[in-house]
Amino acid sequence: MKRLDCLKAIYPRLEGCAVVTIMGAVAAELYSLGHRANFFYLEHAMGLASSIGLGIALAQPHRKVVVIDGDGSVLMNLGGLTTLARSRPNNLVHVIFDNETLLSVGGGAPGGYKWFTTATATGADLAGIAKAAGFPRAQMVRELGDFEEATLDAINGDQLSCIVAKVEAEMPKSFLMDVHMLENRFEFPRALQTKGGVN
Amino acid sequence: MPVSVANSQVVYDAMKGVGITLLSALPETWLVHLIRMADEDPAMTLVRLAKEEEGVGVSAGAHFAGARSAMLLQNHGFLQAINGIVGVSLLYKIPLLMLITDRGSFGEKDPWQTEGGKYTRPVLDALHIAHDDLRRPDEVQPKIAHAMTLAQASLSPVALLLQRDLMWEEPK
Repeated sequence: MKRLDCLKAIYPRLEGCAVVTIMGAVAAELYSLGHRANFFYLEHAMGLASSIGLGIALAQPHRKVVVIDGDGSVLMNLGGLTTLARSRPNNLVHVIFDNETLLSVGGGAPGGYKWFTTATATGADLAGIAKAAGFPRAQMVRELGDFEEATLDAINGDQLSCIVAKVEAEMPKSFLMDVHMLENRFEFPRALQTKGGVN
Repeated sequence: MPVSVANSQVVYDAMKGVGITLLSALPETWLVHLIRMADEDPAMTLVRLAKEEEGVGVSAGAHFAGARSAMLLQNHGFLQAINGIVGVSLLYKIPLLMLITDRGSFGEKDPWQTEGGKYTRPVLDALHIAHDDLRRPDEVQPKIAHAMTLAQASLSPVALLLQRDLMWEEPK
């Protein structure tokens, strides 16, 4: 399963949501599908995308928040899963692309060779961890159809959900993003604060 | 526990007065009443963190969503949160109000608190984070108001250091 195909499958449904992504491949590939003002790309501070999503979800309980995370980032803030679970915002969906490597910070190589794997490569089960942390819904998916169904169902549902998607450790075609971090930083809250809440 | 309830209430009321609706926190002896007040206030969202750095993200999210927030933490919590402060608040120019209990200064009896306190101000200064002390109850409200104003105007982290004289009452 490819990350880009997963993003394509849910892209139309992201309209009106607050979307927070991690840096690197996830940000670049979502951007490549067409940037929107309701997308915030966290280009640093690995692990905190879900914390930012939590702050949005608590402050705007009627807006759907979709955090698009990665295994390497989540492993830097495993305690954050327990904070999400105990805060339990019913408007937050935590998508984790698990490619079992620190791809975007140099842990991947052409051809999908993983020279710096994460612990998910040796058995750490992020969906299991999320479930054990107290997420009411957490599941792992390996097929595109299952990803699309599970993620859209979670976004349309009303409980804190975690979808872990096992994907290939493939570099994006390009890391080019023609939106400056600060431009993104200012347009994002404007989009959240002027377009109403419910969707 | 000789933590000042009255002065904790003054701090809490001042935070409410500047429009704070979300607090993220980890406990610290001096913070027990403040956290309890937030927990008992239906108009306040209290986020119980596992580690302080998360709170930087939570506050950034709240800011994006149009809500005012603050973090309650201790010296070591501040030191723990540095990467988030640099990689979120400073890098993205996001206001962040931190109320840090300043342990390890004159009068500290707990040996384990004596190291972290030494580095709090130098680290704040190294990051060019504006900070001030809260020592007397009468200075709490104006300083919290001024700190929030500066955080919002400068789009930066700002720190208030809660002092022993304000937070602690020696048993008589």
